Amino acid sequence: MSAPTLVSIRNVSKRYQRGKQSVEVLQNLDLDIGQGEFIALMGPSGSGKTTLLNLIGGLDHPSTGEIRVGSERIDSLSDGKLAKWRARHVGFVFQFYNLMPMLSAERNVELPLLLTSLSSAQRKRNVAAALTVVGLADRARHKPSELSGGQAQRVAIARALVADPTLLVCDEPTGDLDRHTADEILGLLQALNREHGKTIVMVTHDPKAAEYASRQLHMDKGALIDAGAINAA
Amino acid sequence: MKFFPLVWAGLWRKKLRTIFTLLAIVVAFLLFGMLQGVNSAFNATVEKANVNRLTVTSKINFTEALPYAYLTQIEAVPGVSAVAWFSWFGTYYQDAKNFVFSFPADPVRLFDMYPEYHIDKAQLDTFEHTRTGAVIGVELAKKYGWKIGDRVTLHSTIWTKADGTSDWPFDIVGTFEVPTDSSQANQFFFNHSYFDEGRSFGKGTVGWYIVRVSDPKLSAQVAIDIDKRFENSQDETKTQTEKEFQQSFLKQIGDINFIVTSILSAVFISLLFATGTTMMQSVRERIPELAVLKTLGFSNGRVLSLVLAESVLLCLIAAGLGLGLASLIFPALKNFIGVATLSRSVVATGVLFAVLMALITGLPPALRAQRLNIVDALAGR
Ligand SMILES: Nc1ncnc2c1ncn2[C@@H]1O[C@H](COP(=O)(O)OP(=O)(O)OP(=O)(O)O)[C@@H](O)[C@H]1O
Ligand SMILES: [Mg+2]
Repeated sequence: MSAPTLVSIRNVSKRYQRGKQSVEVLQNLDLDIGQGEFIALMGPSGSGKTTLLNLIGGLDHPSTGEIRVGSERIDSLSDGKLAKWRARHVGFVFQFYNLMPMLSAERNVELPLLLTSLSSAQRKRNVAAALTVVGLADRARHKPSELSGGQAQRVAIARALVADPTLLVCDEPTGDLDRHTADEILGLLQALNREHGKTIVMVTHDPKAAEYASRQLHMDKGALIDAGAINAA
Repeated sequence: MKFFPLVWAGLWRKKLRTIFTLLAIVVAFLLFGMLQGVNSAFNATVEKANVNRLTVTSKINFTEALPYAYLTQIEAVPGVSAVAWFSWFGTYYQDAKNFVFSFPADPVRLFDMYPEYHIDKAQLDTFEHTRTGAVIGVELAKKYGWKIGDRVTLHSTIWTKADGTSDWPFDIVGTFEVPTDSSQANQFFFNHSYFDEGRSFGKGTVGWYIVRVSDPKLSAQVAIDIDKRFENSQDETKTQTEKEFQQSFLKQIGDINFIVTSILSAVFISLLFATGTTMMQSVRERIPELAVLKTLGFSNGRVLSLVLAESVLLCLIAAGLGLGLASLIFPALKNFIGVATLSRSVVATGVLFAVLMALITGLPPALRAQRLNIVDALAGR
């Protein structure tokens, strides 16, 4: 792999306290993700995919170990610093879109930009650009309830993109969509990866979806079982 | 400001619920505006009271009459520079609901005692020399459309005449203005001599005396001296500053301050619970959305202030509507309390209350939103 490393995970463990019992969800995990990769993270339910994704996206702290993204050690950042870091570097896409139901598509996409110093006019321009990239420029004024699942997910992707993050993390982005719509969304992600150079880490249960990725990772019981690259078809 | 659409959208997430909450707060602030407005109007009357004027009433009860003969004795007290007197007359015009504040008085002494009552010199002269003459405040003149030259008959609920009737005819001979306090310009004054000759009982008495002291610093001493002079007599006196007198007068109609405060406290406390519950519920429903905001990089503090801003916005809108309504309704109370506008201090207090209420009801849900753990909230835990 020639690309420079973007995400580097070293000896990371994650434990949850459940009552008196401590559950180790991730165990001494090592992983490198290169700049510009499109990773599909697969594995049975409960194997720790979401947990790992949350650590990479800076939503949670590991119990032990080191996580570097770019030049930054994010495992030791405070909550406040981590929030700032996420705003600048990571875009999130969820299975159920997680849009604000009261806000129009463009207001939803604008949300991450509210944390920047961009003027209202600049924000408008960037929002329009992001909606164009996902092919929804004509739905800007629609509320999430007025959009189909595929359209809502596109809006979510536009929201993840709009602040121009280095890394996109997607947790089962097509889990709630039919085959055809899923293929459209995956094609969009692939284009973002190939044409816009976005590094993507995507959790999926769907082997077909995983084929869009440049590398597939398999998890089981909190560990990566096949760290070697499996080239996509 | 750029966060406003987000706050606004959050506020109206459940339209009907927000409208009901809003209405409850509007009603509370309407009530606040009306009650507090009336209260502060009364207090303002007390505040405006003059400090170098004393009121001499019967010690037993301020409605009890005093002998007319006290006049020269009061005038003889050192420090007293002028004395006037009034009596209760208790009248209405044509119908019992048309209450008129009418008082028999000595014309010259009256207007000398109250330089803030402005009357034309010639009219005062006529008043003094017309047995059935009466002068009326401009507000009262406006209310009934009375003009100089009109003959007006008032019905007294206290005083019968020698012929057994209680209808007292008067000739309007002048009007006066009170620029410093227009609520005073709704009074009706007439000659004490006409009153004293006409009444069938109580002749030779007056309702109360008003005493001007040459120096306000002397008020306390003069009051003591006057009361001492009539100690152990048939009619003991109680001398108070005008302010004290008005306060004790207001006490008689009930401790308005206390009533108003109790009602409003009850209203606001129940409102705190209602609004607090609504806000808490509204945040609870939005946990996943708030978690998404945090995911996008909104800091804990930012999320806290967004939720707080929502409750501040709600309370301010409602308070604005409530106080606005109160100030619209207020002029209708003019004849009742004599003041036509909601005082600015009441509005300011209302706004302050609104903000306080917003903070009290908004803080618990805001703190909850602030402490929200992203990963748990996203997973629906
Ligand atoms: N906050 C938590 N407290 C306790 N246990 C947790 C917590 N978060 C995750 N777990 C446990 O960790 C394990 C891994 O969870 P995770 O959500 O990462 O799985 P996953 O691979 O994403 O599964 P799925 O495919 O069903 O989404 C599960 O057994 C889960 O119950
Ligand atoms: Mg998962």
